[in-house]
Amino acid sequence: MVLLFLAVGLVLALFVASIFGTVMLSLSDVVKMTIDKLPFIDLQDTWRAADETIFFQIRLPRVVASALVGAALATAGVLFQGLLRNPMADPYIIGTSAGAALGATVAMVLPIELSLLGFGLVPLAAFIGALGTVFLVYNLARVGGKTPVVSMLLAGFVVSALLVAIISFMMAISDQLDLNIRSVYSFLMGHISVVGWEWSVFIAPLVVAGVVVARFFAYHLNAFSLGEEGAAYVGIEVERDKILILALGSVLTAAAVSIGGLISFVGLVMPHSVRLVLGPDHRLLLPASALAGAIFVVFADLLARVVLAPTEIPVGIVTAIVGAPFFLYLLRRSRREYAF
Amino acid sequence: MIGLSIKQVFFSYGNGLVLHDIDLSVEPGEMVGLLGPNGSGKTTLIKLASGILKPGQGEIWLDGSNLNQIKRKAVARSIAVMPQQFHIPFAFRVGEVVMLGRIPFIRTLTGETEADREAVGYALELAGISELEQRRFDELSGGERQKVILAMVLAQQPELLLLDEPTVHLDITHQVEILELVRGLNRRQGLTVVAAMHDLNLASLYFDRLVLLKEGRVLADGTPAEVITENMLREVFAASVKVEAHPATGAPHVVIMPEESDHYSVD
Repeated sequence: MVLLFLAVGLVLALFVASIFGTVMLSLSDVVKMTIDKLPFIDLQDTWRAADETIFFQIRLPRVVASALVGAALATAGVLFQGLLRNPMADPYIIGTSAGAALGATVAMVLPIELSLLGFGLVPLAAFIGALGTVFLVYNLARVGGKTPVVSMLLAGFVVSALLVAIISFMMAISDQLDLNIRSVYSFLMGHISVVGWEWSVFIAPLVVAGVVVARFFAYHLNAFSLGEEGAAYVGIEVERDKILILALGSVLTAAAVSIGGLISFVGLVMPHSVRLVLGPDHRLLLPASALAGAIFVVFADLLARVVLAPTEIPVGIVTAIVGAPFFLYLLRRSRREYAF
Repeated sequence: MIGLSIKQVFFSYGNGLVLHDIDLSVEPGEMVGLLGPNGSGKTTLIKLASGILKPGQGEIWLDGSNLNQIKRKAVARSIAVMPQQFHIPFAFRVGEVVMLGRIPFIRTLTGETEADREAVGYALELAGISELEQRRFDELSGGERQKVILAMVLAQQPELLLLDEPTVHLDITHQVEILELVRGLNRRQGLTVVAAMHDLNLASLYFDRLVLLKEGRVLADGTPAEVITENMLREVFAASVKVEAHPATGAPHVVIMPEESDHYSVD
């Protein structure tokens, strides 16, 4: 019931966010254009052809990209918080953010044009950087067939610090590297940089599959709330499932940062907000967070685009400015102590 | 019901042996208490019996198959473990916590079934906490939480129940309730029980067989009357004690003698 409500909300959000921009579209037009695209339905074209191009080639790719980022980050946040039993855990906690940022920065420096598939090198490099870092951190933390959570958090922290230092160094010598600091900055702040469908076509199936597969781990995550030992007592293969959940969360995070850079707050606060309202059962928490996260980023990106138009604010700033008071409100509103 | 057979097991966490040549056979339907001072290896032995630790040497057999070669899910369908304490980080409701005990039986694709919900309802009833079902676990008292965890492991419908100091930190009402419940299941349904026990007198009252550990070795194994003797306890514990007969059951009852004996006179 809640999920249906959120799903409808997401569809509405996609349409509403699509109509705002330099050229205003009408809501009824964009709905009609979409219905027209459905198989076996042919509506009379009552809208301007230019509007159709704007909607399908500029607005819709952007709002869909935002929704993918929100769903991926919120789901990854639930996975990491549930697995690590740590309220401060977010999708970036074991180094994905630093890895992605380094990948993106290196890609900005490299004089390679990758336009074969229609997208730049930066998203690809961010994606690979994020996954590569998690792989490194996981293996650094591995001792004798086990990967203790504390070692992993520490290894993640240290590796991140090292990578951030490399990024800072590259920014310090940006003149020599011919590196555009504004691009790096915009990546670090979080900015939906995807234009067109090319990269989303590759990422969307990944995110959708990731969100669906995550739901299959709901019982495992519920079991992990007993701790690793307790989870083993109720039949969980702890080390195997830890790898699977980490890998899944990392792929989702990598997908998100490849589109939107390091958007803060969504992966941390969306899971907490949904948990405050709907409770901690991962069977509901996972899909509900994905949908709520998608809606949240779609609207945050809408604000980022229109508030100071034509200047775009990095969406990561909007998510923090809107998200922080919203979360504090939820936290204060619940009469009881929020147990974690 | 199933039994457990621990054969020549040695175990070490890395520095020094924690368990030394343990040979222990638990028959189906037995109710066995493990006794011994802190650090004698009780908890380690429970963890080995649960399969989450693997013996360095030796083998543990569960009803004819080697415990360490069975998948966790299959183990969890016959062995349930109640640790000393669970910290559950989220605000789960009691019913949801007890449902965690059904995880070994739930198929991911179909989710929980009517049978799972019935098992949870029955476990809540057994533990006498049906009225707590909708309450938040983190808001309960220590005694109530321990009953919820007991209901959770009972929802697992185990054939062998392992308990690690199930009554520690509890008041005597809850101590007695939990042990009465476990012994009732042992008597009525033949549930095999192995429990690390901290309280000698409770162990003496509720268990048929006691195993006394000292520095990772089995020092004594037998009925409470055979194991809880002044000689035995003197060898294991530093405190000076007297063993008397329980006024109602005649089971051995341990009385602690304070070191400074000026405050009272004996005889």
